[in-house]
Amino acid sequence: MMIWVNQIVQGILLGGYYAVIACGLSFMFSVMRMINLAHGSLAIVAAFALYVLADQYGFNPFSALILVLPAMAVLGWVLQRTILERSQRGGMLVPILSTFGLSIVLDNLLFEQFGADTRSLAPFIDELSYDSWTITDDLYIGKLAALTFVAAVVILGGLQLFLTRTQLGRSIRATAEDPDTVGLIGINAKRVNAAAAAIALVTVGIAGAFLGMRATFDAYAGGPQLIFAFEAAVIGGAGSLWGTLIGGIVLGVAQSLGAQISPQGFLITGHIVFLAVLFGRLHLDTIGTKFRKTVRRSA
Amino acid sequence: MSLLEIRNLDVRHGLLQAVRGVDLSVEKGETIALVGANGAGKTTLLRAIAGAHLPAGGNVRFGGTDITLVPSHSRVGLGIALVPEGRRLFSQMTVEENLILARSAGRKGPWTLDRVFEAFPNLVPRRKAKAGNLSGGEQQATAIGRALMTNPEILLLDEVSLGLSPLAVDRVYASLDTLIHGGTTIVLVEQDLRRAMRVADRIVCMLEGKIVLEGKRGEITREQVSEAYFGLGIAKGRLSA
Repeated sequence: MMIWVNQIVQGILLGGYYAVIACGLSFMFSVMRMINLAHGSLAIVAAFALYVLADQYGFNPFSALILVLPAMAVLGWVLQRTILERSQRGGMLVPILSTFGLSIVLDNLLFEQFGADTRSLAPFIDELSYDSWTITDDLYIGKLAALTFVAAVVILGGLQLFLTRTQLGRSIRATAEDPDTVGLIGINAKRVNAAAAAIALVTVGIAGAFLGMRATFDAYAGGPQLIFAFEAAVIGGAGSLWGTLIGGIVLGVAQSLGAQISPQGFLITGHIVFLAVLFGRLHLDTIGTKFRKTVRRSA
Repeated sequence: MSLLEIRNLDVRHGLLQAVRGVDLSVEKGETIALVGANGAGKTTLLRAIAGAHLPAGGNVRFGGTDITLVPSHSRVGLGIALVPEGRRLFSQMTVEENLILARSAGRKGPWTLDRVFEAFPNLVPRRKAKAGNLSGGEQQATAIGRALMTNPEILLLDEVSLGLSPLAVDRVYASLDTLIHGGTTIVLVEQDLRRAMRVADRIVCMLEGKIVLEGKRGEITREQVSEAYFGLGIAKGRLSA
């Protein structure tokens, strides 16, 4: 019994991590209507940047974030003005292609620079990487996992507050809804979107930090991260911020329970839940209509 | 010098030329009604003045400076506000948020959140309601209030009565009355000729992208406007007051 409780708790904590890596993706989709396939690769770029600062300059990964996050924001701004904005003019599908291309470029640049060795930020954060609190004899909560979960809640809550309480946040929401009309009330849609991209990439930088601290990464680790982020975002309802946290938790719990059922069940259960939610969403309307029709006919 | 001067303006939608060689000057404090059949180019002309649709030829001067190629968001900063056709509110945001957003232009002036709610008291109880859930009249009031929040020198109103009940139209015009008499420069597109001739100092009638009739209130008759509206009186030439 206790083992299942443990799996669920660990799944929820894992969900926090998925929410951290998904939130940039979900934010970009909800605000700029853009699916950023370079999301995972950009997180790896941040992870490598943190690694270099820690390994060669002796920074603690957390203090290195002070340098890396502003750099990610600038990168977001530049990406938006040079690649994303241009490709978005070509329709919905062009940004998918161009960000896919961008991810290939980033992966291979990283590979050229850093080679195939796997790396981790864990050695630079001392006991935080393995320390845990003992709840009962069968239940441990990892300090890093708990910190990740708290970070997810803080980031998503912070973004939510930012979007509802600040003028820039409101401008971002308005631009998402109607980019032509915002111009008529004095908002520069291009600048707002560039700011939104900068914010999205700051969250990607944080995602890269947690990814590097909890596990290992190499130049090509972006792809798998993108899949988990994508699944969490879709399960939670693409574009909804708190939904992303719920989506991450559902995915994390499904994977942990799957791993308990069978040693190979971790990934497959996650994918199954993702597909089930996806098809459920697609067909829920038709099922609902059919049901209502049957009820009406029998009444 | 006129507040707004349009010279030989051409505006295209792809291959379609919606506005053809239009000349129009708007004096400060004036109210102009733009009338004409559907597809005459009224909306396109307003959007070109607001910068939402950049022209293919000609020029637009505002307060003496050439703004022909200035993007819409910068024109708001100069004092041009458009209430677009169909209102175009941000439907997922509250009335208050819609209004506050218009502060982005950063123009100081008499119009504040309180002042807008004073001018449109029907919005007060709907302050926190999502704009998408409002009635047509409330939405129109919000759209006008949103434009006013930018403290414009010239207000462009595109079919403010579209889709509203006669009662709601009366309410909207009652609140516009204060603006008109308060000296705000207004260019409005109105399908209801009677109403247009009542509120405006000058009537401008468009047909197939051109201005075919222009005259001060009292100097032109309804019949003249109707003829111009349907293109019956073209042979008589452009009547200028």
